[in-house]
Amino acid sequence: MSEPSATSAAPLAFSADAKARIAGLLARYPQDRKQAALIPALYVAQDEFGWLKPEVMELVARELDVPLTAVLSTAMFYTMLKKQPLGRWHVQVCTNVSCYLRGCDGLMDVARQELGIGPGETTSDGLFTLSAVECLAACGMAPALQIGKKDHFNVSTDQMRQMLQDLKADARAHAPALAAAPTPLPSSGHTAPTAGPHG
Amino acid sequence: MGSPHAVTVPHPLETRVLLRDHEGKDYTQLANYLARGGFGAWKKAVEMGRDKVHTEVRAANLRGRGGAGFPAGVKWGFLPKDGRPRYLAINADEGEPGTFKDRYFLEEDPFQMLEGILLTSWVIGAHACYVYVRGEFWRAIDVCERAIAELYQAGWLGKNIQGSGFDLDVYVHPGAGAYICGEETAMLESIEGKPGWPRLKPPFPANIGLFGMPTIVNNVETMACVPVIVNDGADAFNALGSPKNGGTKLVGVSGHVKRPGLYEVKMGTTMRAAIYELAGGILDDRELLCVIPGGSSCPFLTKDEIDVALDFDALKTIGSMFGTAGIVVMHDGTNMVEVLTRVAHFYKHESCGQCTPCRQGTGWLYAIAKRMGAGLAAAGDIDLLVSACNQIDGNTICAHGEAAAWPIRSIAQKFRPQLESAMRARMTASM
Repeated sequence: MSEPSATSAAPLAFSADAKARIAGLLARYPQDRKQAALIPALYVAQDEFGWLKPEVMELVARELDVPLTAVLSTAMFYTMLKKQPLGRWHVQVCTNVSCYLRGCDGLMDVARQELGIGPGETTSDGLFTLSAVECLAACGMAPALQIGKKDHFNVSTDQMRQMLQDLKADARAHAPALAAAPTPLPSSGHTAPTAGPHG
Repeated sequence: MGSPHAVTVPHPLETRVLLRDHEGKDYTQLANYLARGGFGAWKKAVEMGRDKVHTEVRAANLRGRGGAGFPAGVKWGFLPKDGRPRYLAINADEGEPGTFKDRYFLEEDPFQMLEGILLTSWVIGAHACYVYVRGEFWRAIDVCERAIAELYQAGWLGKNIQGSGFDLDVYVHPGAGAYICGEETAMLESIEGKPGWPRLKPPFPANIGLFGMPTIVNNVETMACVPVIVNDGADAFNALGSPKNGGTKLVGVSGHVKRPGLYEVKMGTTMRAAIYELAGGILDDRELLCVIPGGSSCPFLTKDEIDVALDFDALKTIGSMFGTAGIVVMHDGTNMVEVLTRVAHFYKHESCGQCTPCRQGTGWLYAIAKRMGAGLAAAGDIDLLVSACNQIDGNTICAHGEAAAWPIRSIAQKFRPQLESAMRARMTASM
């Protein structure tokens, strides 16, 4: 993840690495079908800029040489393409039938208590976004959730509490500046750290 | 790397052809797949020739494992012989609530699927294949990308595969959190970088599919079965199943059972055996109330309907579907209004919005369910649910309308006493 751009004067640009990734994506599709690379390219953009603010979508449109309207309509359609900034950790609790039958509501209650927010909200320090999500295809390991890119299966309420407390402690220990950030950080669930006991 | 997805010790009622006891072996490594005889089917197929392999798959009664149960070999035969380039597109958008079987191949045994992809592409004459993996499957995407890269390095993908003169490129294409993209034409739209709006059919994908070209869309588990058919023959595959339903089937049992998990059984095994023997019976030894037989789009079954055989035809005969074989079990303590609400919310949330009956109708279903749960139900609301379902059913471009209407109508019709008691309890509580 690169640094968020500090000024509005500097035009938004992809890093060399991101450009190379997008070029690699374009090579997967027929030359006259560049839009096919759009969804994976938008993931690259999210990794780079945190979320798909309008300037980012314009940049992707230029990079792929597809109309901005195509980028906008595709970005709007898919829930994993982020149209707003999210917390550093995106806690996604499945609330569909199998997870309901195995106690997902209890996990959601723990998340509310620990984070002080409800589903669809981000903590004021920008660390956590909590979401109720649809089926994660982990029904035999219910209740299931994802934090960032990591799956957690057969989660008990005690484990849920411990995971969230560990993440909060980790944030305090390693990134005091993050916790003090005045606005939500432009970081998506897709860039959540993979290190650490539960990362 | 142990599999979190499979029960490690096979149950005596299981017949494992696809699921493997990994015993410390990492089958995401090509060397380990080759060591167990992997890609043996390719060598055999080349000797047999394309037509013979196609004939075997057709004779094997390999029914599509994505939910519709359409015979794969018959589908392959729909491609027009007009010289246009052809595509294979693999549906790995596993999102049907209750379903967690393709995840096993994608994360633990990708080469079984990829050998099936190679065989299928060769038979149908496709030189490019896209594997559409749902976006939430981060690990699966990573495993499949690595597996594909390994195959290129070892000469199992790319130009002139193993000296056969056959070329094939395989690419992973990630989804981005839209259930509707499991509908085959929505999936093709999504690969093209567009919103997942299902297409009107005809034309069918076999004629006008990905990038306007003839395209076969098959499910992950269907692909995993193809090497088995080539290795063992159609007769052996048929012997694993029931009439017109060849092979074994992965069934995922979840909900109120003692041993939730992924099991592999012969087609034709009973639902009762899946629930009471494989999955160990009902949690806390309670009474069974209802069962979703194959993902939440299927009409629900009562406890009196579970002697049905697990195959595509038997479940259709009793007015439901085998779907994805994602079996969800609910005991007699289940709040059916809550289940109804979650099912309705799902189909409302995932409706693509193209067709008025689905876009508006799923909203109605959810609104009615919500007010039942809030103690604000009006007299006749259960009948209103049925009426709304009847107006969605059959009136939409794709099957999302039926996917919402059928289970909800079945809840309203089969579980009326449970809905009424839950509604009464809420009304009393809110007074």
